[in-house]
Amino acid sequence: MIVEVGAFALLLAFVLSVLQAVLSGVGRRLSSPVLAGGGQGAAIASALAVAVAFGALIHAFVTSDFSVANVAANSHTDKPMLYKVAGAWGSHEGSLLLWCLVMTGFGAFLARARTGGGGGLPFGLKTSAVAVQGGLSALFLAFTVFTSNPFARLDPAPFQGASLNPLLQDPALAVHPPLLYAGYVGFSVTFSLAVAALIEGKALAGLGQGFWPAWGRWVRPWALASWVFLTLGITLGAFWAYYELGWGGWWFWDPVENASFMPWLAGAALLHSAIVTERRGGLAGWTVFLALLAFTLSMLGAFLVRSGVLTSVHAFAVDPERGLTLLAILGLTAGSAFALFAWRAPQLKGGVVFAPISREGGLVLNNLFLTAATATVLLGTLYPLILQAMNGSTISVGPPYFNLTFVPLMACAFLILPAGPLLAWKRGDLKGASQRLALAGALAIGCGFLGWLMFDPKKAMAGAGLAMGAWLVLGAVAEWADRIRLFRASAGETLRRAKGLPLAAWGMTLAHAGLGVFVLGAVAETAFKAEAALALSTGQSVAAGGWVARLDEVKIVEGPNYLAERGTLTVTRANGAAPRVITAERRFFPAGGQTTTEVGLDFRGLDDVYVVMGERRAGRDGRPAWTVRLYWNPWARLIFLGPAIMALGGLLSLLDRRLRLGVGARRKVKA
Amino acid sequence: MSWLPRSPKARRRLWVVAAVAPVLALATGLSLWAMNDNVTYFFSPSEATPDKAPAGRSVRLGGLVEAGSVVHHGAEVAFTVTDNAATTRVTYRGDLPDLFREGQGIVAEGSFQPDRSFVARQVLAKHDETYMPKEVADRLKAKGEWRPEGEAPAVAGTPL
Repeated sequence: MIVEVGAFALLLAFVLSVLQAVLSGVGRRLSSPVLAGGGQGAAIASALAVAVAFGALIHAFVTSDFSVANVAANSHTDKPMLYKVAGAWGSHEGSLLLWCLVMTGFGAFLARARTGGGGGLPFGLKTSAVAVQGGLSALFLAFTVFTSNPFARLDPAPFQGASLNPLLQDPALAVHPPLLYAGYVGFSVTFSLAVAALIEGKALAGLGQGFWPAWGRWVRPWALASWVFLTLGITLGAFWAYYELGWGGWWFWDPVENASFMPWLAGAALLHSAIVTERRGGLAGWTVFLALLAFTLSMLGAFLVRSGVLTSVHAFAVDPERGLTLLAILGLTAGSAFALFAWRAPQLKGGVVFAPISREGGLVLNNLFLTAATATVLLGTLYPLILQAMNGSTISVGPPYFNLTFVPLMACAFLILPAGPLLAWKRGDLKGASQRLALAGALAIGCGFLGWLMFDPKKAMAGAGLAMGAWLVLGAVAEWADRIRLFRASAGETLRRAKGLPLAAWGMTLAHAGLGVFVLGAVAETAFKAEAALALSTGQSVAAGGWVARLDEVKIVEGPNYLAERGTLTVTRANGAAPRVITAERRFFPAGGQTTTEVGLDFRGLDDVYVVMGERRAGRDGRPAWTVRLYWNPWARLIFLGPAIMALGGLLSLLDRRLRLGVGARRKVKA
Repeated sequence: MSWLPRSPKARRRLWVVAAVAPVLALATGLSLWAMNDNVTYFFSPSEATPDKAPAGRSVRLGGLVEAGSVVHHGAEVAFTVTDNAATTRVTYRGDLPDLFREGQGIVAEGSFQPDRSFVARQVLAKHDETYMPKEVADRLKAKGEWRPEGEAPAVAGTPL
């Protein structure tokens, strides 16, 4: 019964979204507040209907209703409750429903945004944006209902389900999709606002110069929130890959990873260009373009992941036919939006003047590097498709390509990054900025040299990379110290300034410092990690990077829905000091007949000692042995800490009073 | 600087071009250069002739793991990859993916040795138990060796 309610609610949501688009569109055309209000009501109703459908799906998973095809394919009565719930978005159909939930949810908050004077959205812009958002929701809901209905029934119902892929039965991966989707789909609002601004192009002329700063202020919270969600989602995904796949790595430049990374890069560019639009009314056309691009890349990502056109280690629930439908949606929405942009862009005159050396100039450079980097990632991701279409040969573009293109571009951007915030608007003082950064620069070079001395083997590039990370952190600190006149004014004055510092300024400092923290971790881990693998019987040990792991015993243990071989290992330094006991497992899931590895992680300060236990086989002396792989990953903690700091910075900026625009209400979606 | 254009607008445009051009040139140059050397070609064993996949060049080799061919020596493992037209012996140091099985399609990344054996740096398998790497599936389809899901793979001898 509840399943039927869910299926009906989903269909209803589709109809309501169509209504939202039509009523808002007609309401805008006739300038009728009544019709526009109806459209807004439909937006809220549609979000509620999707929420009901989503609740019904979760209910079906929790009660293990195997007459629902999606539940039968992805759940099992033995599964722990958390993964029963998370199973609702672990499949293609369920994750699309989540996508629709986020999209209509954001649409409802857009519909509730304030209109009129005093910082509210103008009637025309809001109504058009609600209409566009309704159109997008209708397309994705139609796609869900007609090609991937999560409520499709099975007759006869199987007695037991096939269970969720055990690799996905992980706390990090239970939270990863909702965060990622909140980010991906959050950009649909910036997309709608951008399209609305283009539609309203002529009417905007009447609003005069004040329009673009206001538009920037409306777009930026959405862009910021989406970017924060995406940052957290990608970081969790990377962390999951790091400890669940047991390959010792956290980023593989895999097409599916790139698919989430491209909207992130475009979103980061959008955040920065929207500042110029907000503060100076400049770069309006460019900001509109980025707002369109971010969601287009999100949809491209959805297409790449779900269509299976690219070979990935991550792809799930691949279906080429559905992929084609997604491609059609992508072509329709992005195609018409960019056509509208090409048509209307010449009318978007920024008309602000700034010197090349200025805050605006710095932000333009930031955008230039970020979009160039996005383009190289896009090229690397799509090149196998292009080449296959051209001459039929099958290729893959691996990490070396990305390391040679993306990394140098980002290095250039990082080199100039700390100077940006120190430059004044309109005309900056490069000499003054460089004087204020001289100490940070010198210290950063010192840090790089120290790092180079600290690790073996000596690698000059790694030293440079560490200096770069330190430069970002110290540059952010220097800018912060400059703002509060640290050591240059009395302690009281400094404290007063620190208190008065707007949250957005704290946010920027944290985000930039977090980036530096990430760079430090990524460089150290990539350049200096050590690994060793040996077939060990109990009592034997393997050594790597100054650490030794001894296999003490292996026991068979029983989990809720798996059997595991649990190895207990003692990790010590090479001289036997600082012993700590950790466990690593190989889990066998009878429901699907799969085996997974549970990495043993020993947190040693910033470093990880990472142990993977392999298959059991006969050892040399006839005793059973297990291939034990030991990794020493120096500073691996920073790789995940850095993005978390960046997300915190984004959150602080979002909470800034000057940006607050229904932000408090929006956070309810997350809960 | 008399060579700069007089009008502030044209001057600004010049600055924009001066900033954009080097970054774009850098990005394009890097992409072309990296693409040239770092693209990995995919071959099945019968396609991997010495002129197409010379020894030492990084390539991806895909096919089915021949039943009964997997041999472990300590941490090293050797197995035969076949496309039912030719076979290649692959050696790999390290743990195989959890989903690696005899009769299953895999992709190995590595390079050929002068004796045409293959040393893998990485063996790929997806998170999915019904996984067949796309390239492998395409090649098998082209050779008429494709068995749709559910049927036993052509070369699997061991019941799983």
